[in-house]
Amino acid sequence: MDLATILQILDSTVRLGTPLLLACLAGLFSERAGIFDIGLEGKMLMAAFFSGAVAAITGSVLLGLTAGVLSSLLLSAIHGAASITFRGNQLISGVAINFLASGLTVLIGQKWFQLGGRTPPLSGDGRFAPITLPFAETLREVPVIGPIYYELISGHSILVYVAFAAVPLSWWLLYRTRFGLRLRAVGENPAAVDTAGISVVRMRYAAVMICGLLTGLAGAYLATALSAGFVKEMTAGRGYIALAALIFAKWRPVPALGATMLFGLLEAIANRYQNIDLGGVVLPVQFMQALPYILTVVILAGFIGKATPPRAGGEAYVKER
Amino acid sequence: MAQAQTSERQATAAPAIELRGISKAFGPVQANKDISIRVMPGTIHGIIGENGAGKSTLMSILYGFYKADAGEILIGGTPVQIPDSQAAIRAGIGMVFQHFKLVQTFTVLENVVLGAEDGALLRPSLAKARASLQQLARDYELEVDPDAVVEELSVGHQQRVEILKALYRQADILILDEPTGVLTPAEADHLFRILRGLRAQGKTVILITHKLREIMEITDTVSVMRRGEMTATVTTAETSPEQLAELMVGRKVLLHVPKGPANPGAVVLSVEDLRMVDEDGVERLKGISLQIRAGEILGIAGVAGNGQSELLKILGGFGHGTGRITMNGVPVDLTGRSSDGQTSRAQGIAHVPEDRQHLGLIMDFTAWENVAFGYHHAPEYQKNALFMDNAALMAETQAKMERFDVRPPIPTLAAKNFSGGNQQKIVLAREIERNPDLLLVGQPTRGVDIGAIEFIHKQIVALRDAGKAVLLVSVELDEILSLSDRIAVMFDGRIMGERLPSETDERELGLLMAGVA
Repeated sequence: MDLATILQILDSTVRLGTPLLLACLAGLFSERAGIFDIGLEGKMLMAAFFSGAVAAITGSVLLGLTAGVLSSLLLSAIHGAASITFRGNQLISGVAINFLASGLTVLIGQKWFQLGGRTPPLSGDGRFAPITLPFAETLREVPVIGPIYYELISGHSILVYVAFAAVPLSWWLLYRTRFGLRLRAVGENPAAVDTAGISVVRMRYAAVMICGLLTGLAGAYLATALSAGFVKEMTAGRGYIALAALIFAKWRPVPALGATMLFGLLEAIANRYQNIDLGGVVLPVQFMQALPYILTVVILAGFIGKATPPRAGGEAYVKER
Repeated sequence: MAQAQTSERQATAAPAIELRGISKAFGPVQANKDISIRVMPGTIHGIIGENGAGKSTLMSILYGFYKADAGEILIGGTPVQIPDSQAAIRAGIGMVFQHFKLVQTFTVLENVVLGAEDGALLRPSLAKARASLQQLARDYELEVDPDAVVEELSVGHQQRVEILKALYRQADILILDEPTGVLTPAEADHLFRILRGLRAQGKTVILITHKLREIMEITDTVSVMRRGEMTATVTTAETSPEQLAELMVGRKVLLHVPKGPANPGAVVLSVEDLRMVDEDGVERLKGISLQIRAGEILGIAGVAGNGQSELLKILGGFGHGTGRITMNGVPVDLTGRSSDGQTSRAQGIAHVPEDRQHLGLIMDFTAWENVAFGYHHAPEYQKNALFMDNAALMAETQAKMERFDVRPPIPTLAAKNFSGGNQQKIVLAREIERNPDLLLVGQPTRGVDIGAIEFIHKQIVALRDAGKAVLLVSVELDEILSLSDRIAVMFDGRIMGERLPSETDERELGLLMAGVA
């Protein structure tokens, strides 16, 4: 395997890992504040649809992105209202959001475009174009570093860079600011936050809305950067894979990067190689394509060390007197 | 000297905190009725009362959790409004809750800073808090490692973090709700030293407790609450535990159940070299040997978590371990494979579990259903091959409730609707009236009112006098000392020693409980 092939696989890893990373960080904010969010999938799907649809109608990817993020924020607000204000069951609310998104996107898509739930293909300003970083062309001929810079680091859409920048930013926000301290506290012991005179409800809504923003970016990336338009059920379980990665990363931002890129790598390998011949035993392509999902099951079954979720996770806060 | 200073202050200063005519009702229930107190600065004021007397409601009003229906709160002579906890903190009130409000995964420093940060970035806040904690540690014997993670601290240290939190927020009035319930005697002594230090620095302390001994030991003045009313406020030096108990309950209470000498008979239960390793591979029991004879009460003292729960589980038939146990000479299965609560009951063991709300009762089920548990196979409860005789059970429950003074005596009421003491009486009625050879009782009076404690203690002594063996596990030393015929102290899965109650005292037992042999 030569450097060019490796770089191509890694480049593909980055592109495929980005939506997982954004969704994983989204889940991280929500769950660290004590709100479990199984509805990442639905929010991504909704954002993917609206970004694709609005970009197709207006021809502007930025309007598309805005519409996608807004739709995701709206679903987040619904999840927040159900699980924070009305103290409902967070799993049920999340599942409901997934069903809602899955049905609505196809319904509205068919009504607007009559393409069987698809949106019209995007081109030009309707998509996020790859960004060529400075000096990429000049450095291209430099051995090793040149191709790495040109192939792997340069040439992605803006959302990829946003996703990677979100990792240190999230870390800083969570561990170095007052907001982060309170957010983590509210997921561990909301009573402590409440008696300290801080509003548990406000903190949790803030976290849920950050989650909505990030899933919105993830969904918009799927429809307007990774692909050129929305396709029915295009998230294909990425929301759940992001949740598995979140557990794998033990609810920490930097390991979240590693975990999501591992899933991205598996997907990239599966896309590149059809059947893998291991000297006699041939791994069929279906097996390779199933790998990310198999890994998800393995992680969720708890084979990856002990992962302790935030202690107040999944439970509505009721003031005890 | 200190006394003179205190009275001088009382003469000159306004009360640190004064409540005037505070009332609060929840629907038809009047939780607080026209409560007035004055607490002078630089004093320790006790508030004592049974569960449900309204102490917690009153403190919740002071800390801004509830709004009073009527009445005024004055801090240092000035009327204040306390709509939320932020306002209480601003007014200089700090609260140490019975269940700590700490973030277990945070460091001490982070817990102290939470909610009292200076600015949006953490680093300056943490640095300031670190310096401030060092100062507080020196002033008040409040040493805690600021970088320790709270969940790794002992309960006593966690409590210090709570006090530090309040002091860091410049609290002048510190309210402690049942602070010693979870502490060892040594930790409680240290807490009292801290409180005396705070008093010496002019802070005002309000101590809520149901333990008469603590009130007598540390407070300057004490208010007694009963059924939402303040029945009396007295100077501690001028009162006695008996008088306070009577004020709390509204009738004379025996603080120590009269009990004649024991008449030990044959060995009922014999335990030899009992060991137990839990799921995490930690050895919880490290070779326990003990014997209990008919007609005696063996008390097991110790700080919670030193293996008492595991011992009760194994003896109760739903744990596993290695060693030899015989009940009336018959070996007991310890593997946990062929034993359960049913087999141990068949051998004459009755069990009043430590955690009655999880192991003793099903809270959503009615009293009569709870009375049947574990004995639902009994032939007298069967109508025919298919159906249970609910009417018979109901009648029996009614009779039991009357004999055990369960209030209200309504068999169809769900267990969760009874007070802690009455729940315990339901469990006791079920277990004792089956006439066991051995009664296992864990924490019989935890969360139980002083009036009910008297009743429960009498029942246990009566069972002993009827020639039964009793194994009593309790973290309350008073209870162990007044009920036991022999006392074994457990520490770290071992029995540190056996003493006779007449030949030991709290000091010696406290040392054994701390592992100092």
